[in-house]
Amino acid sequence: MIRLRVNPIRCDGFGMCAELLPERLTLDDWGYPIVDGRPLSPELVALARRAVAACPTAALRLVDEAEPHR
Amino acid sequence: MIAPAETLRLLDGPRPADGPESLQSHLARLGPRPSHSGGAFIDVVDRAGLRGRGGAGFPTATKWAATRDRSRGNAIVVANGAETEPMSAKDRALMTTRPHLVLDGLLLAAEAVAAKRAVVYISRAHDDAAAAVTAAIDERRAARDLPVPVTLARAPHRYVAGEESAAIAHLNGGAARPTMVPPRPFERGVDGRPTVVNNVETLAHAALIARHGPEVYQRLGADGATGTVLVTMASAVHSAGVHELPGGSTVAEAISAAGGATASVAAVLVGGYFGRWVAAEDAWDLRLGIDVPLGAGVIAVFPHGRCGVTQTAALMGFLARESARQCGPCEHGLAALAGTTAELAAGRAKPRDAERLNRWIEQIAGRGACHHPDGALALLASGLRVFAGDVSTHLRRGRCDRDPSPLLPAPDWTGRRG
Repeated sequence: MIRLRVNPIRCDGFGMCAELLPERLTLDDWGYPIVDGRPLSPELVALARRAVAACPTAALRLVDEAEPHR
Repeated sequence: MIAPAETLRLLDGPRPADGPESLQSHLARLGPRPSHSGGAFIDVVDRAGLRGRGGAGFPTATKWAATRDRSRGNAIVVANGAETEPMSAKDRALMTTRPHLVLDGLLLAAEAVAAKRAVVYISRAHDDAAAAVTAAIDERRAARDLPVPVTLARAPHRYVAGEESAAIAHLNGGAARPTMVPPRPFERGVDGRPTVVNNVETLAHAALIARHGPEVYQRLGADGATGTVLVTMASAVHSAGVHELPGGSTVAEAISAAGGATASVAAVLVGGYFGRWVAAEDAWDLRLGIDVPLGAGVIAVFPHGRCGVTQTAALMGFLARESARQCGPCEHGLAALAGTTAELAAGRAKPRDAERLNRWIEQIAGRGACHHPDGALALLASGLRVFAGDVSTHLRRGRCDRDPSPLLPAPDWTGRRG
């Protein structure tokens, strides 16, 4: 199960991820991403990789986990 | 197993006013610390049902087993006595009166997880506890009862410094701020070694379990809340301070043990500042550690005469100031919640602001590296619910008729070194 996860300590709220993958990432009132941690379909995984690569602080990553972290 | 009644509970024995119990008195009362091979004590603690007393209530045996599995005789055990919860006094009470129970528990944990050293972590603001523990370590050294080296480390007196990953970060030479998990402490902790962090009260219970066995310990409390529990009773009670109760005692029994309430009670804050408000009529029958999380064991009794909105706003201000400011949703979110709650308290908020509070509570949930924001959200959400009548009065008329001065302390620690 491939899921998106953000490291909130690294994240500085640039917001690129939410532009690239609005299906799974929205921004809160302060510009920090709210991550939908449900498993990604194969089509979304490709888009998610772009969002991960675009993160200036390397805060966003893909994890392979049966259960979401929280 | 039959144990003399005066040895069953943490605070049995000499009067607290007599100060730290000496090693000699401790041994005369309880006998030597039993030794176990191959981690056998973990099973004993599991059967006793011991859960962590620092806030999260995690089963102690599970933590120890995970650490032992990874240890190659090189694990680290940490006794967490940071106690930065503003109203909590139970860890200090224990360290300053029963330091050898804490050290026994620490050495039992060290043996159980195959540790090579142990640390006691105490706030820089709590010199009395540090002095008592230092003297107790010296007594052990003189008596040649330190199977592993035990050292003392001081924590900055900031709210999140006692959080498990923050303690580890500080012991590794960094700031006492929470880190991302995983890695969990048993995977990579102090010096990169498997590490277990236990609250000092948890360890003291382990010392009694080792003496009396799991069945005797279970009978001191209730199913699901075995053993006794140290609570700090605060605010509108006759006998504020630390009390030892049977596990699973109700809120009413806790208040009764503290001499009863000094005024008509509106609400009770259970757990600590990461805990929750409960309306008085709903609170009495709640069993601590069963129906309501025990948290850090703080029970604050809040009278009708005071304004719960203003009090909750003051606590939100404290929690926002105590954010480690590492995670955006916590730093900015708690500041926004605290600011808007303060506006509400001051009578300047509009209904739209109350809606924003609810939206932010949902937005921020689960998005910090640690649980500090979630704790603050639980406090605020419960406060808005329990004091809903006062909230609507503040929205309609500006203020309510109750005394707005906060009863529960909301100190400003931002000037302290972090």
